[in-house]
Amino acid sequence: MLAQYLPILIFLAVAGAIGVLLLVLGRLFAPSRPDAAKLSPYECGFEAFEDSRMKFDVRYYLVAILFIVFDLEIAFLFPWAVALDSVGIVALAAMGVFLLVLVVGFVYEWKKGALEWD
Amino acid sequence: MTAPDFAISLVYIAYALAVLLTFGAILTWVERKQAAIMSDRIGANRAYVRIPFTQVKLIWLGLFHGMADGLKLLLKEDFKPLAYDKLAYALGPWLAIVPVLLVFAVVPFGGTLDPGRLFPSLAEWFGGRTYPMQIAPIDAGILIVFAFSGITIIGAMLAGWSSANKFSLLGALRAGSQLISYELVMGLTVLGIVLIFGTVNLGTIVERQSGTVLGFLPAWGIVYQPFAAVLFLIAGIAENKRIPFDLPEAESELISGYFTEYSAMKQGVFMLSEFIEIAVIGALFVTLFFGGYNLPWMNDTGFVFPGGHAVPLSHGWVVVLQLLTFLGKVFLLCSFQILVRWTLPRFRWDQLLRFAWKFLLPLAIANLVVTAVALWAQQA
Repeated sequence: MLAQYLPILIFLAVAGAIGVLLLVLGRLFAPSRPDAAKLSPYECGFEAFEDSRMKFDVRYYLVAILFIVFDLEIAFLFPWAVALDSVGIVALAAMGVFLLVLVVGFVYEWKKGALEWD
Repeated sequence: MTAPDFAISLVYIAYALAVLLTFGAILTWVERKQAAIMSDRIGANRAYVRIPFTQVKLIWLGLFHGMADGLKLLLKEDFKPLAYDKLAYALGPWLAIVPVLLVFAVVPFGGTLDPGRLFPSLAEWFGGRTYPMQIAPIDAGILIVFAFSGITIIGAMLAGWSSANKFSLLGALRAGSQLISYELVMGLTVLGIVLIFGTVNLGTIVERQSGTVLGFLPAWGIVYQPFAAVLFLIAGIAENKRIPFDLPEAESELISGYFTEYSAMKQGVFMLSEFIEIAVIGALFVTLFFGGYNLPWMNDTGFVFPGGHAVPLSHGWVVVLQLLTFLGKVFLLCSFQILVRWTLPRFRWDQLLRFAWKFLLPLAIANLVVTAVALWAQQA
């Protein structure tokens, strides 16, 4: 069973090696003359001000939280979709209820303004 | 795993990598030339290779521009700016390119290969075994695709988060929220196809797309799920962070977004992974909706046209035709994505997320429900 996954492992090793090769190949040929100005963060030619680990909008977190809810839903839907023709009406009704609960939640967060970004 | 299996695996891996890296390199040229044609220009036509000791210059429609770009990226100074986290900074580009390549592990790029018939002298070694042309013909197909394509998000976020740069951080945040939003849409649209074909094994999905429906239409996924096909392609282009969805790297707002602080080949790797992703999105779309390697009216023995006229083909020809069909379809899809990129302007940030959550997501759920009910009604 697990032997089926062996080709992916080989592929991972080969592709990973190519990735590393691409990233280190430059070292062999490229010049290296670092100086303080070159290594400083790029800010359109100005002196960098403040810490760049700045505060950012809390709505980015909200997107991530909503994503987890819906991604779990999709994870539940995959086995259901594969088995639907053998389980029939029971599965259809069960998933109908499940989707209904999610849609109600979706409508609620829509009305609450969780999906407003402007 | 026996020695012949291992050999076949290595051949497939070499083929997949050759195809992906060639697509990545060629698409940079295709993008320039197609953009030039679309805006009535000539496009790249200056770089040339001179045959040594002669005055003969080979231009070949500017094909050498890609090579010149690659050489330049390789020879430029690769300086390491002061990063917050050196390990994460180095891992970023690696995580951006490797998962994109790995997605191809479960994509079938041809039908069934019978190496014994192809090379009679090796027939005994292979012992009559046949191999589906797919690096890993496993049942988890689509799940593997989502597992690996999810990792590219981490690559983009690590790159932006570890560079000590405000543009990078903003780019990483945008990349993260955009990619997860459109991944939902992608997952929901693929569920429609899973319902129709009753499996997540990509090899089986493509097999079930051979033959015809209604007597003349090829039985491709797009015939059963036209709506899901459109949604999937939109989400695919958004996953690829290209115009009109290129907000994570919008140059007029964020310089280069999450890879602002990367130089030389590290930056080149981000660009290369983007071009390879065009091909991978194309390959996934072809596999799920365009019948993969299937040509209409063709099966493992040759063509059988409507009306009973048959053209038998040898196994070698069938294999070559299937490989070329797949590559041709993928190339058409790539060209379509470039067409979109040079046609549409960029979204605004709030429009981008609103489009995903308030438009595509409800449509995808509706598509899923309608498909499930229709399937059940058909059975009953």
